[in-house]
Amino acid sequence: MGINFRTETFRDDFSFRNSPEHIRRFPFPFHEDSYMYAVNIEPHVAGPAGSVLEHPIDVDEHYVSEMADRALVLAEDPLRCQSLPHMTLAGWDLLELLMTAKAESYPEHFSLTRDGDRWHWINRPLGIDQKFLFGDLTTLPYGPMEYITRQSQGDFCILDQRDGNLWMDAGIVTTQADWSLDFDIGMNFFEWHAPVPLAHEKGIFTRALKFLTNVQQGKPARRLNWTMTINPRLDTSPENYHKWGPDRATVTPENVGQKVHLRVELQSFWRLPRSNALVFPIRCYLIKMDELVTSPKWARRLHRVIRDLPEELATYKGLTRYRATLVEWLARYDDGTPTSPGFGPE
Amino acid sequence: MTPKTILSRPVYGTLSPQAGTHHLFVADAEGGGAILDMAKAAPEGFFAGAHIIYIPREAGAAYTGPLQALKPAQYYEGPSIAAALPRQKQTLAPARMGRRLYLAGTEGLIGQAMQAALDAGIDHGSIQTEQRGSLARRVQCVHCKGITEDVTTQPVRCSHCGLLLFVRDHYSRRLAAFQGVCINAEDQSEIPPIEEAFR
Repeated sequence: MGINFRTETFRDDFSFRNSPEHIRRFPFPFHEDSYMYAVNIEPHVAGPAGSVLEHPIDVDEHYVSEMADRALVLAEDPLRCQSLPHMTLAGWDLLELLMTAKAESYPEHFSLTRDGDRWHWINRPLGIDQKFLFGDLTTLPYGPMEYITRQSQGDFCILDQRDGNLWMDAGIVTTQADWSLDFDIGMNFFEWHAPVPLAHEKGIFTRALKFLTNVQQGKPARRLNWTMTINPRLDTSPENYHKWGPDRATVTPENVGQKVHLRVELQSFWRLPRSNALVFPIRCYLIKMDELVTSPKWARRLHRVIRDLPEELATYKGLTRYRATLVEWLARYDDGTPTSPGFGPE
Repeated sequence: MTPKTILSRPVYGTLSPQAGTHHLFVADAEGGGAILDMAKAAPEGFFAGAHIIYIPREAGAAYTGPLQALKPAQYYEGPSIAAALPRQKQTLAPARMGRRLYLAGTEGLIGQAMQAALDAGIDHGSIQTEQRGSLARRVQCVHCKGITEDVTTQPVRCSHCGLLLFVRDHYSRRLAAFQGVCINAEDQSEIPPIEEAFR
């Protein structure tokens, strides 16, 4: 049984919705009733059937529409996809990783046939049938990273590893939570995380870097991160902040359920075989408050997390303008009963 | 001294003579004084292999005579950073054994000279830097990508697209610029006062 791909938008009329099955599989990021930064990195091993962790690279009902949105962003702003000259080999590594993972997990939608360097890729949902020579730039319409990430949900950063550090030397970033690839490209791990409050003092990045530089091929790792977004907008870039920022002033008690979205990033980390680079897919999942509160446990817990969030974090995540309205709305779904441990809906 | 801020913000040191045979100095304004102070610790004959690129700017003639008195092999005075950069790039184009690079003066000068050095394949960690004089910032507007030079206020109006920008401490060596983000994006009717912040 294949995926039923939705036709929907992440801008203008914002027709994005989650089906009931996709609400149940949403990667809810809070395992307890409060939140603070932690080095919450774990092995990226297969999760339960039907969950976003069932396959190493998740493809869901929003795939086709997300790829259409990415194409719009890149047409408006080509600087969202950049690769420093030494990163081409890592781009081929990434192309191999994503093509083989998709073809293996979703054979009804994707297929890859390899005869030495002669590869044949079929992407049925996007109507792509491409024969090319692996390693030969002239046989693809884009560079290898851009080619395959125009067909893969989520942002991708490719990190070069040298001098005991990780360097943001390539990436495609069109669904980001307010950071600029154009500004951060070429920075090391500490530099591009420099604006994050509180976490440096807790030693989070020092420990995370130590873990990440030791990620081995075939043993990927993952973590969840989260923020909130007004309207189901994928492109919440700083580049366009002056266009989407006003949305934050439009939240009212009447429209919280439809306008306010929890935005969860499933970040994973993979060692690439030829380049020894680390690829860092940042997959974004959105859920409306009306959808989220169909799970009473998630509703109670989110209320407590947002209500008790430290002020610096609320500011950094951009919640300030509508936090009170949101907390008041969520309070209606919190009867004070305990929540069970763990991420699941019940 | 630059105040301690965030980890992408460059940290500057004090120039000191390095072992080498070719010493390229790029400095502006008060940075001339940093070269002169370093010269006191330099070994005999050090400046015989030196090339000084100096942009006096608001320091006028205060350092030009003493710098020339160091008798560098090459001395150049430029009217602006932009005018001097092609000379620096040409000098760095052929890789040379034993070359050392020293940058001194405003953050804008250090940043742009560093950017040219990175483009020439020089590792930023091998470059000596000393900040003196103005802390005015080069700011990249994250929205239109235009760079506004010599920013002294917080916020500042982008000289390209006109948005009112909050100047962050987040800094890109590759762009030689701080990041500017629209300060009133969520409600453009809010106009915060513009105050001097970087001098």
